[in-house]
Amino acid sequence: MGDEQRDWPERLHVVTGKGGTGKSTVAAALALGLAAGGRRTLLVEVEGRQGIAQLFGLEPLPYAERRVAVTSGGGEVRALAVDPEEALLEYLAMFYKLGAAGRALRKVGAIDFATTIAPGLRDVLLTGKVKEATTRTADGRRAYDAVVLDAPPTGRVGRFLNVTEETARLVKVGPIKTQSEGVAKLLRSPMTAVHVVTLLEEMPVQETLDAIAELTALKIPVGRIVVNGARPPLLAGGRVTKAEIKRGLTAAGLPAGPATVTQLAGEAQAHLTRRELEESLRMELAEVGRPTIELPLLPDGVDRTTLDQLAGLLMRGRS
Amino acid sequence: MTAPRLDVDALLADPAIRIVVCCGAGGVGKTTTAAALGLRAAEVHGRRTVVLTIDPARRLAQSMGLNELDNTPRQVKGIAEGGGGELHAMMLDMKRTFDEVVEQHTTPKRAAEIFANPFYQAMSSTFAGTQEYMAMEKLGQLRAGGQWDLIVVDTPPSRSALDFLDAPARLSRFLDGRMLRMLLAPARTGGRSVFSLVTASFGLFSKTVQKVLGAQLLTDLSGFVAALDSMFGGFRQRADQTYRILQDPQTAFLLVAAPERDAIREAAYFAERLVAERMPLAGLVLNRMHSTEAAGLTPEESEAAADRLEAEGDQQITADVLRIHAGLLRQAQRETAVAAGFIESFPAVPTVPIAAQPADVHDVDGLRTIGSLLA
Repeated sequence: MGDEQRDWPERLHVVTGKGGTGKSTVAAALALGLAAGGRRTLLVEVEGRQGIAQLFGLEPLPYAERRVAVTSGGGEVRALAVDPEEALLEYLAMFYKLGAAGRALRKVGAIDFATTIAPGLRDVLLTGKVKEATTRTADGRRAYDAVVLDAPPTGRVGRFLNVTEETARLVKVGPIKTQSEGVAKLLRSPMTAVHVVTLLEEMPVQETLDAIAELTALKIPVGRIVVNGARPPLLAGGRVTKAEIKRGLTAAGLPAGPATVTQLAGEAQAHLTRRELEESLRMELAEVGRPTIELPLLPDGVDRTTLDQLAGLLMRGRS
Repeated sequence: MTAPRLDVDALLADPAIRIVVCCGAGGVGKTTTAAALGLRAAEVHGRRTVVLTIDPARRLAQSMGLNELDNTPRQVKGIAEGGGGELHAMMLDMKRTFDEVVEQHTTPKRAAEIFANPFYQAMSSTFAGTQEYMAMEKLGQLRAGGQWDLIVVDTPPSRSALDFLDAPARLSRFLDGRMLRMLLAPARTGGRSVFSLVTASFGLFSKTVQKVLGAQLLTDLSGFVAALDSMFGGFRQRADQTYRILQDPQTAFLLVAAPERDAIREAAYFAERLVAERMPLAGLVLNRMHSTEAAGLTPEESEAAADRLEAEGDQQITADVLRIHAGLLRQAQRETAVAAGFIESFPAVPTVPIAAQPADVHDVDGLRTIGSLLA
């Protein structure tokens, strides 16, 4: 492990969060950060959203591990959009040498059938692919220094990761069962950490706390809480009066009429209300006792430059 | 470019409108918007209203008197009922709704077999799309009951807003589909193996499935398929019926979006689909919009002045206030620009902004405030 990555010792990083919190952005930034200094990482998405392609400004990704970014020291990030049907075909081909027969199965709808009849089976295929990539070796070396999974949102992540439970209800024997046990073992080992992305808003924080409780009960290791979109701490003193604003505006040589002062005071008051709520949410998160990192609000959207900036903060940031 | 303003009050007051569907990406405030619309319809327009919520924030649900999933509309207390309106709310119980559909379409004995089958259990609680199908099913039931002036529906927090339209069809196609019929064929003819009479590739399929999944699973599966036999057609028929209600002019779709790129993109996809399906799109609710008066200070002036004050060192509070002001102005500009992307593509779709609230909404007063901002 490079010195930069010492805070992120795990090999499989699962990133979840409520919809709209920026979990895909954080997952991409984490994959970049972990690839710095000549390392190689794999960024995986499983929900068919093509979010990785959008973030890196690329055409939709095929079901193949493609390089999407190079990093310092000859490092690189590869990306993979896992498709459950393709994963099943690959899986069957690997174990049963199906080849053309696999394609025939697809034609009659059997693959669609197998991947939709039981959502648990579908998730085993998806997480099975992630496990395969995490543990793959080539020439006695690990294929990837780290794998980052852009996982389903908090509301579904427990079920998604709890593959054994889901499949055990349906599958009592056979390789799928073996596979799901292998996945379950990896997910419960110190090699894995599930990081939860949140905003300082009520619903995302509530879902973060719920997800952490759920994962803890499932004995799946929880990594960091990433507070995304954090705003700079203005008006730290917590009080502001119109008289002060008027004085300040006058000192700055700005118009200081009553309309302007009232407007600015109103904005400041709304900011303070918001900050107070954010502060109490921060405390709720702190009570969980997980390491927390705050990433700044990116008002102008995400591109490679801002992803690198977030990657740097993730690698350095500790609080 | 400016879009026409959406007249929410006219929509809620119109007796011909019986269903309002709130849809959009996750995390944009659909549930709050749906609840606020329902409250306003009841209090201001005197309509007997029910809000079907899918996954409300705990405190909001509690404030409306919803403490558990129970599939029964509960009357919301503490609202003004002078105009003869009432507000009821319910949280969707997906599994129970699925059970009810099964019970309605088959004999009690068959229903019991279906309920006991592990495939049914997995499917009724976790199948991707079950929630959407059951939301639609519940909507169909509430509408058929005829006791509501207005039904406001909050759509499930799907991966994509389009799932609300697509998932029910996908599920019913699957449940009524060719695959199940093929699997079922041998069972119907009394064959011992479910797969014995099907095509060569099926022979291979069943062999593979046997190897990969084990024989127990096949037994469960054939039991499930055989039990569902009595229901063929039922799922699709019901899904089709509800789909037709959605195309009827008695329904109004409201897109809900936050002024963020992804949410707006999702809203645009959905709008395209509604137009293509000839579904009645009433308008776009732009939630959590920031707007502020310039107050004679541009963002640049404000920031430059803040820098000056900080350099001088004794007016930190005013410097912060100016930075807050500049941030708000820039945010408002950005949001307007993002929303303009939608308005350019759908210039005829009316929109209405809801100003961002400093704190989250979790009581009836908060919903009332949102309602009046919408009007």
